[in-house]
Amino acid sequence: MLNVTPNLSNPDAFYEALIRSHEGLSDAQSAAFNARLILILANQIGDLPTLLEALEAARTSG
Amino acid sequence: MNAPIRDRYPLAYTLYPYRKSADQDGAAIARHPVVIAGGGAIGLATALDLGLRGHPVVVLDDHEGVGTGSRAICFSKRTLEICHRLGAGQAMLDKGVVWQKGRVFHDRDEIFEFDLLPEDGHRYPAFINLSQIHFEKFLHEAIERANAEGAQIEVRGKNRVDAVTAHDDHVTLEVMTPDGPYTIEADWLIACDGARSPIRDMMGLGFEGRVFEDNFLIADVKMTADFPTERWFWFEPWFKSGASALLHKQPDDIWRIDFQLGWDIDRDKELKEESIRARVDAMLGPDVGYELDWCSIYTFQCRRMEKFTHGRVLFAGDSAHQVSPFGARGANSGIQDAENLAWRLDLVLRGRAADTIMDGYDHERVMAADENILNSTRSTDFLTPKSAISHTFRNAVLDLASRFPFARPMVNSGRLSVPCIYDDLPGFGPDVLGGPARSRAGAPCPDAPLGDGFLLDDLGRGFTLLGLNTAVPAQIDCEGLTVEGREIAAKGILAERYLGDAPTAVYLIRPDHHVVARWPAYDAQAVAAALRMALGES
Ligand SMILES: Cc1cc2nc3c(=O)[nH]c(=O)nc-3n(C[C@H](O)[C@H](O)[C@H](O)COP(=O)(O)OP(=O)(O)OC[C@H]3O[C@@H](n4cnc5c(N)ncnc54)[C@H](O)[C@@H]3O)c2cc1C
Repeated sequence: MLNVTPNLSNPDAFYEALIRSHEGLSDAQSAAFNARLILILANQIGDLPTLLEALEAARTSG
Repeated sequence: MNAPIRDRYPLAYTLYPYRKSADQDGAAIARHPVVIAGGGAIGLATALDLGLRGHPVVVLDDHEGVGTGSRAICFSKRTLEICHRLGAGQAMLDKGVVWQKGRVFHDRDEIFEFDLLPEDGHRYPAFINLSQIHFEKFLHEAIERANAEGAQIEVRGKNRVDAVTAHDDHVTLEVMTPDGPYTIEADWLIACDGARSPIRDMMGLGFEGRVFEDNFLIADVKMTADFPTERWFWFEPWFKSGASALLHKQPDDIWRIDFQLGWDIDRDKELKEESIRARVDAMLGPDVGYELDWCSIYTFQCRRMEKFTHGRVLFAGDSAHQVSPFGARGANSGIQDAENLAWRLDLVLRGRAADTIMDGYDHERVMAADENILNSTRSTDFLTPKSAISHTFRNAVLDLASRFPFARPMVNSGRLSVPCIYDDLPGFGPDVLGGPARSRAGAPCPDAPLGDGFLLDDLGRGFTLLGLNTAVPAQIDCEGLTVEGREIAAKGILAERYLGDAPTAVYLIRPDHHVVARWPAYDAQAVAAALRMALGES
């Protein structure tokens, strides 16, 4: 089950680190970085139904 | 229509030269129980299976043998097991190159290595490499041996099917030969006439699916090189001969090389020897001498017919379904069509089953085709990403794979052919043993050592009832069929694969070696009910 309640131990610090990781990258490099990050996080989650819920949540909230 | 007969491709071997048949000047139109259109791998295997079961078979092919185009090279364990039963497996194994290891590279880096992990206790290895030319030749030799022992399989070369008319209980065919046209009738027509199936078109039947917008240059080169007998695959190779590249060994010092060329190419230019050599030289390096044996450029598609059975016309092999070759699922699945079809048609021809038994062929092989199409579509999408973002993700997987094991299972350069397990289809069950998953109802029987040989050798041409550490009758007559019983003291690998934790088991096994049902002990009524189910009668 996708956890949609706050779960990050330090939301501001994570957000800052995420943005900082993209500094100095071209759009293409950023896209590649994001893709690698998504794959790493997906593996951490592992469970296919949860991942499908996450895809759906991302698709429907843009 | 009625154009003179002309070769569409050059022959590697003439196997069945044209001979005028009595049907061509008989006063009455000859009627045959089975006519097979197309003498490729699938047509020959189907003919052989039915011929060995005692049926006269006529095969019509518009050529006189096997073409030079090498095409398929990877043949799976399941294919070899089927060919063993048909009398051709050992010759294929003797000639073929056994391989089990693969390496995947990205640019210069080796990102991942796989091992097909061949288990012990099978007569045949997971895969061999053998050119399709030899594969078909061995099937044809087996046909000649079968004929010498009384089978009646007639392969008519330069006999082109130009028209078919399907009736309720037979099919009429117009056939073109060097001596002009003639007409024959068949109780059953099996269309094994390949991906472009003229018969499919003659019957106005569709063939829907996807075309992949990419061209692949496929070259077989002859060289004595000391590369290992492994499948080497490059994504975005440093030598820049293509967007991807493949190197794989075949018998007789022939190596299969594939290069992914992209969509907008000048085909004629790419097929020039100097263009091909430039790509191969870049891959192999300047010091390797080689001869070009055969080359072609392919685009790939994944598509299938909606239904494989149309009354008395049955479609098998590429005429029914086509896949991209990543995964070696074309010929390997077609051979399984052939055996799925042959035992059913045998029962119909002998009056032991109703025509409706052929519905099971359609259900099962459509399910298998969908599984093959799904797998080969996924592989092809990984190889030829169709958008900028899918390219980004593909390369993200490759970049991660060299460093992190988690990404390696996502690297997809082909998921190699394994037989379909007919889960949840009618005609199977009950499965009340709680035994190993791999030998469940619907699965093909895994091989296992037995005495000095192997279990699969012990299964007959008909239905078999296996009693593992428990008694079963030696013979059961049921539904007009004879089921042969075999009692086996199961131990070691055989027990692992068929009993698991169960102390005893009874398996009902179909003529194509798929498990119908399994129980802890013999019960005559339960076996009869399962047999009826397998015959599509309840
Ligand atoms: C590059 C490439 C690599 C491949 N690699 C693999 C692999 O490694 N493993 C694998 O399993 N598969 C592979 N395949 C797929 C495999 O080659 C096909 O699945 C296989 O050839 C299908 O056999 P078939 O008998 O159904 O059709 P075909 O081999 O196409 O045979 C059809 C026959 O029908 C004849 N015919 C056509 N029209 C008529 C007519 N009107 N009258 C009479 N005869 C007619 C033709 O001449 C031909 O002999 C590969 C394919 C390609 C292109």
